[in-house]
Amino acid sequence: MTALLRLRSIVFALLALAGLVVSAPARAELVIDITRGYMRPLPIAIPDFYGMDPANAQMGRDIARVVAADLERSGLFRPIDQRAFIQTLDSLQASVNFASWKQINAEALVSGKTEMTPDGRLRVEFRLWDVLSQEQMAGQVYTAQNQGWRRVAHMIADTIYKRMTGEEGYFDTQIVYIAEDGPKQNRRKRLAIMDQDGENHRFLTDGADLVLTPRFSPTAREITYMSYWHNTPRVYIFQIDTGRRELLGDFPGMTFAPRFSPDGNKVIFSMSEEGNSNIWEMNLLTRQKRRLTHDDSINTSPSYAPDGSKVVFNSDRGGSQQLYVMNADGSNTQRISFGDGRYATPVWSPRGDLIAFTKMKGGEFFIGVMRPDGSGERLLASGWLVEGPTWAPNGRVLAFWREAPADDRGRGHTARLTSIDLTGTNERQLVTPVDGSDPAWSPLIP
Amino acid sequence: MKLRFLSIFAAAAMLAACESGTTDTGAKGAAGQMTPPSSSASSIAAGSIEEFNSVVGDRVFFDYNKANVRADGKATLDKQVAWLKKYPAYAITVEGHCDERGTREYNLALGERRAHAVAEYLKAAGIPAGRVKTISYGKERPAVVGSNEDAWAKNRRGVTVLSK
Repeated sequence: MTALLRLRSIVFALLALAGLVVSAPARAELVIDITRGYMRPLPIAIPDFYGMDPANAQMGRDIARVVAADLERSGLFRPIDQRAFIQTLDSLQASVNFASWKQINAEALVSGKTEMTPDGRLRVEFRLWDVLSQEQMAGQVYTAQNQGWRRVAHMIADTIYKRMTGEEGYFDTQIVYIAEDGPKQNRRKRLAIMDQDGENHRFLTDGADLVLTPRFSPTAREITYMSYWHNTPRVYIFQIDTGRRELLGDFPGMTFAPRFSPDGNKVIFSMSEEGNSNIWEMNLLTRQKRRLTHDDSINTSPSYAPDGSKVVFNSDRGGSQQLYVMNADGSNTQRISFGDGRYATPVWSPRGDLIAFTKMKGGEFFIGVMRPDGSGERLLASGWLVEGPTWAPNGRVLAFWREAPADDRGRGHTARLTSIDLTGTNERQLVTPVDGSDPAWSPLIP
Repeated sequence: MKLRFLSIFAAAAMLAACESGTTDTGAKGAAGQMTPPSSSASSIAAGSIEEFNSVVGDRVFFDYNKANVRADGKATLDKQVAWLKKYPAYAITVEGHCDERGTREYNLALGERRAHAVAEYLKAAGIPAGRVKTISYGKERPAVVGSNEDAWAKNRRGVTVLSK
């Protein structure tokens, strides 16, 4: 069994702390409304998780640090500096002194404990408290192999996020992207994968072939991407656990811009023929291929609606690059973008309510969202080059990449991965070992 | 040495462009460095890839977001055709490239469209179809680094790459 396969089975036990989760309190409870525009991040106290011995205490520190960093990056929480804490870990372990947390203006408090089970596994317990009402808002126990501690921390952060916002979390996820280094004329591009917080980073290809546009399958165990292996640009499927790579079908022209269907049974992509690019789908079970657009133009960047019934794509059939929606069988195509400028890289939100896109106008690039009927366009980020949005699984946060131009001597060009929330107020750079482009956010890890 | 040959060709292309009443941003920068043709060719073997690349000219340039071969490009391709007919042993791959001011996937398609336009021109002029392949690199392999109009004009290109 590979290390990654093992990791999947690490977090195998998850129990609600019986009887400790409060149900529907009568008072106005502590919640965060993330649909509002700018809002004050919620002050939350996240002490180290308690550990009886030095090893467990260290684990408790590490877990608390990861939970705090996840919540802070969301822009919705402000973890309070631990040096302000009054109640000690030992004392907190016995009972919560709410007055001491209220005194440092904490509105929420996380308390936790790590220990080893007799059979050598990690047991992590945590509780989320509403400091003002002095009530427990959540409580759970996780059992995992030792090396699964990061995933436990991300799951705890997801639980806190969900309890406070009512939205699913997105911290127990990964990002696959194109790692870039070397001179711009001959840039080395490698597939790379990491946890959403940049940890557990590794390269999946060696840079010998140009690779582009990776996207996860719904199980997050496969990636579809494009490779120039043997100077023949084609779409491939990469199995993360085995490192196995498989060519997608046998096509006479360049295949590119692939994406999985929501059920994982199909890949949709473009193929070039006679200078035009049309959209095709390939059924991975039957190996049947089907052409969906028939147009003497560029048709690319297809993305399924989450129910699989429709596809949004990008075409210059009307003379300029715009967004279109068609039924998944290629019928009933409607243009949806009508603003000034060119529209590209549409991606349907996993919630179905929005389509994210790249827009080019007046020499500037933008990341924006619109409803699937094209109404309600909102631009979230802009710059010299911003491109390629990808949705976090909760449909509330996007990642994309941002490039800075070279100077006239050809120096100073950078490409960096970035995340932003739907309000457009919380843009964060994702730290990667080298430059990055083409991020794709995984679903929550199954 | 190579630079000088390129500038000779660029000057010729500039003249061609003027005759047909279009402007050629790709060649403008080099036109001032015109070198007398008499200084050329002595060290370059006739029929070599080096001759094709630097004397005939291996590339044509495109306008922003366009894939039609311009008048200056046609002049270059006519010279390529004459040379390629003379040396039929070379296999031809036409590379299509874009500037950095577009999105990655769309530019892969646009680069393919440009490569196709060049390949079609070569075939229509009598180069056997079986000799000509196309490949698009989109915006991934710029010839010139720099984020300005001059660099972009040089990067929007179709390059005829020879192999034996």
